[in-house]
Amino acid sequence: MRLGKDLVAAVATPLVLSILAEGESYGYAISKRVTELSGGELEWDDGMLYPLLHRLERLGHVDAAWSVAETGRKRKHYTITEQGLAFLAEQRQQWEVVVRTLKKVWHDEGPTEGERR
Amino acid sequence: MTTISDADLEARIADWRAFVERRQTISASDADELEGHLRDQIDDLRAAGLSAEEAFLVAVKRLGALDHLSLEFARDYSTQLWKQLVGSPSPAPERSSLGDRRLLVALALGAGAGLAAKIPSLFSDVVSENSLIIFYLHNISFLVLPFMTAYFAWRRRLPARMLAVLAAAYVVAIVTVNLTPFDITGDGSTFVLTAIHLPVVMWLLIGLAYTAVGWNSSRARMDFIRFSGEWFIYYVLIALGGGVLCGLTIAVFSAVGAEEAAAEAIVTWVLPLGAAGATLVATWLVEAKQSVVENMAPVLTKIFTPLFTVLLLVFLVTLAWQPPVDVEREFLIIFDLLLLVVLALFLYSLSARDPQRPVGLFDRLQLVLLVAALAIDLYVLIAMVSRIGAFGFSANKIASLGLNIILLSNLAWSAVLLTGFLRGRRPITALEQWQTDYLPVYLVWAAIVALVFPLVL
Repeated sequence: MRLGKDLVAAVATPLVLSILAEGESYGYAISKRVTELSGGELEWDDGMLYPLLHRLERLGHVDAAWSVAETGRKRKHYTITEQGLAFLAEQRQQWEVVVRTLKKVWHDEGPTEGERR
Repeated sequence: MTTISDADLEARIADWRAFVERRQTISASDADELEGHLRDQIDDLRAAGLSAEEAFLVAVKRLGALDHLSLEFARDYSTQLWKQLVGSPSPAPERSSLGDRRLLVALALGAGAGLAAKIPSLFSDVVSENSLIIFYLHNISFLVLPFMTAYFAWRRRLPARMLAVLAAAYVVAIVTVNLTPFDITGDGSTFVLTAIHLPVVMWLLIGLAYTAVGWNSSRARMDFIRFSGEWFIYYVLIALGGGVLCGLTIAVFSAVGAEEAAAEAIVTWVLPLGAAGATLVATWLVEAKQSVVENMAPVLTKIFTPLFTVLLLVFLVTLAWQPPVDVEREFLIIFDLLLLVVLALFLYSLSARDPQRPVGLFDRLQLVLLVAALAIDLYVLIAMVSRIGAFGFSANKIASLGLNIILLSNLAWSAVLLTGFLRGRRPITALEQWQTDYLPVYLVWAAIVALVFPLVL
């Protein structure tokens, strides 16, 4: 499923930070992890990941360092910082409220048109 | 589907990369990162059974449209957004007419500023030359700077509330300055202090118009700091060129024995109109020809930061050797100037700094510069305070001491933040935030010195 632009922008930050909270990673691996986590249902342009990573780096939420992979390819590795972890914890609380609220309202409404059929 | 060889694939990746790098907002290191991503993706797709060509096409597609991407990169460094607008491969024709309109408005406002600066001097028959000079010293910023404010009010389409705030600030300043009875016959110190501090107040009000609705955002304020530096460079360049022009004019006319008439025309017309009008031309240039200065400014800071550091270190050593000398008030003003220059160097290299660049030698050098400046200033300040204790306060002493303390606090905390950044404990944005949060302090202090000092001291 292709998400709207605004939703991607909102989701991407906590998602990327959460993946980095699992351990250091690099761009391509992060985007593979997103596909894996969402079972391929979450699609966005991979390129968009990089401006986001750079923004997080500038804000001090992640650290970045270049290294050379065993294939001889240059790679920029990202690690989450203390500040990033704190920011993520905050984001997580907000998202939990959002998810809980949406679930509740959709549950109360009962099945949607499509589901009834 | 035709299959392509690995060499062909390499060639296609190289083409793709060249295409990416043509986007001005995507730097070489961004391109490295994107290329790494593309190659990883191609490897995976080929391992899954796709041909080289298919893998390449799918991988490129997955990265997304480059137009979109380069805009996204530009947004990250909001200050570079103009590159996207200027460097877009297909410039829309209506945009250039918009550029012309900006130039026309800037020129019209520049002419307005020139005339506004000139007109009061036409009354030289009615009032004495002395009172004219006094009038100019206090009112020149009211005559010229409203036109710059108006330019940004037009460019940013300021909301009515901000226009009202700006207008009110102008009225309060104009009324206060011109109704305050200044004692010119005494040492006239508050008169001079107002003349010096008023332009600072008015300049920061331009900042309000410049940043417009984003006045509270750190990025917008940093943009204004950058604008101020670039404006200054352009203005100095125009002034130098203007100086050459005036000098040559006089020289040429001296060949026909008319140098006095030429000099007279230059002093009474060309100089005032040109100096005032150039403020708007420089404003327009900063926006329209940004790439020119944007390349020059970092170079200037790179040249002068090491030189000033050496100067300060040598002076520090000299201070250690010499017994403490009497520090006069004039010296405190010199050290205020020194701190201002250090702050300007620091601010400007900060505003021109690529946020992605890792900690480097230059950042360390800046810390040395800051610490040396702080050490010297602290020494001077202690000497000064003991003298004030002995001789009492005056308006000048309070003004220079206040400025010194304001600059000292700024630089001291900057040094702390910079150390944090060098150790990787703080992001560079913390420094930006600090500097931009500090701007109102200058505004308030300059306003106090310019408008309140004459009333109470």
